[in-house]
Amino acid sequence: MGMTMTQKILADHAGLAAVRAGQLIEARLDLVLGNDITSPVAINEFEKAGFDSVFDKAKIALVMDHFTPNKDIKAAQQCKQTRTFARRFDIDNYFDVGNVGIEHALLPEQGLVAAGDCVIGADSHTCTYGALGAFSTGVGSTDMAAGMATGKAWFKVPAAIRVELKGRLNEYVSGKDVILHLIGLIGVDGALYKSLEFTGEGLSSLSMDDRLCIANMAIEAGAKNGIFMVDEITRKYMDGRVKRPYKVFAPDEDAEYERTVTIDLSALRPTVAFPHLPENTRTIDEVGEVKIDQVVIGSCTNGRLEDMKAAAEILKGKKVARDVRCIIIPATQQIYKDCIRAGYIDIFIDAGCAVSTPTCGPCLGGYMGILAEHERCVATTNRNFIGRMGHNLSEIYLANPAVAAASAITGRITDPKEVM
Amino acid sequence: MKAQGKAHKYGDNIDTDIIIPARYLNTADSRELAAHCMEPVDEDFFEKVQKGDIMVGGLNFGCGSSREHAPIAIKACGVSCVIAKSFARIFYRNAINIGLAILECPQAAEAIADGDEVAVDFESGIITDLTKGEQYKAMPFPEFIDNIIKKGGLLNSIK
Repeated sequence: MGMTMTQKILADHAGLAAVRAGQLIEARLDLVLGNDITSPVAINEFEKAGFDSVFDKAKIALVMDHFTPNKDIKAAQQCKQTRTFARRFDIDNYFDVGNVGIEHALLPEQGLVAAGDCVIGADSHTCTYGALGAFSTGVGSTDMAAGMATGKAWFKVPAAIRVELKGRLNEYVSGKDVILHLIGLIGVDGALYKSLEFTGEGLSSLSMDDRLCIANMAIEAGAKNGIFMVDEITRKYMDGRVKRPYKVFAPDEDAEYERTVTIDLSALRPTVAFPHLPENTRTIDEVGEVKIDQVVIGSCTNGRLEDMKAAAEILKGKKVARDVRCIIIPATQQIYKDCIRAGYIDIFIDAGCAVSTPTCGPCLGGYMGILAEHERCVATTNRNFIGRMGHNLSEIYLANPAVAAASAITGRITDPKEVM
Repeated sequence: MKAQGKAHKYGDNIDTDIIIPARYLNTADSRELAAHCMEPVDEDFFEKVQKGDIMVGGLNFGCGSSREHAPIAIKACGVSCVIAKSFARIFYRNAINIGLAILECPQAAEAIADGDEVAVDFESGIITDLTKGEQYKAMPFPEFIDNIIKKGGLLNSIK
């Protein structure tokens, strides 16, 4: 029996000729990631266990993105602890206020992750790097501590679901709609413990920003990882960024997939996930009248340049509705600069939006856009769980950046076509 | 090892934002985290939970973020064991790694009612609902994972 892309990468990193679903293996790691929330717990465990060295100071990334610029004294203490650890072990890839970006936008942009890599991160959206053809998965802080010390992690080799993409996306439909549609189809535990492997002729019409967004939300279907076939678009993105050789793995022709889900990209419409689960999806024509109080455009899911462009095209020359707060957060400093050069920031500010330095802040209800009781937010983020962005009785509607921008203008969830 | 206590029952897809909202993640202190455990759906949980009590969930328990603070908060509340129909994979891993006992048992998770007195024998995997007088058997752990649990967590097992 042949192997899936994920299985091939895991076999390669375990030093085995072949692996099969269900097998327990120990794999070599190319990168171990943590943020300002998860690293302190990992550092405590690392120190408690008595480790006094890291496996490779170039293969650890510590990204202070969640509650930064520090939202309060406790958050500042957590960054201070992580910064001290980073300096003690001379960690190459420590990112803090000034050069920090949202981790899953930053690491691919900086060329720190590449095709064929095996990556763990103490952040559930670490699955994002599957867009580059890497095996990449979220873990907890103790796994991160063990990874920093040994450069290894144990895995149960996952079975897989193949997602066969065909056709091309229509206007105002993006990677966000692809992944929301898929989650609506298979459910929030539809890929539990499994890989989602994206293939098919439809890939050629998906940009890297689309793919990063799709892989990012694989966890929202319960998946262990999401991974894309590497093609010319992937190579073009990596070349010039990735400063080391990388390895491309394609699935065997007889690779075993538990099922295949086929998605016709040309049939997709803008899709909105209603509270309180990402699987509660409706297409934009089924939404009805939903008045909103806030819009957030940003996050590791939709804070990239194409997302900013989609929002700017909608907001150009328009005004945000009275009583709606529209918060826009480019995910990295580079994206922020690109937005300035392209004139997007002028468009956003002229429309009445607040624009912020990179932070995860509002997505997880940390700060920078907390919701009051009964308030509703359209967010380009990834989770609409109870209380995720503030009060337990607030509501989050997940959508793509074009829908979010259009909704900011009208004050209710809106099809971008209506305002263009 | 055995545990016994009152069941606190919840539904499907109990996510980590419910178990411990992110606004409290500016600390790694387990006692502080425990004080806010389950707050979004069960505001008085920390006041009513007793040492040894058992948490019961439905499908996909612990879905969402990778925050290890979630099993840490549950454990620091005094909860001896979580029984669910299924667990989200990062939560599953984290619970094993920090030594919070978890058992996958769809029958028990379905049948046990909120407030039932429940006993668990971890060696045999037998779950007894003492209120109902019924028994269920949980899925056994693979040997590799059982070894991590017996050694007291991941870091002790690799040192």
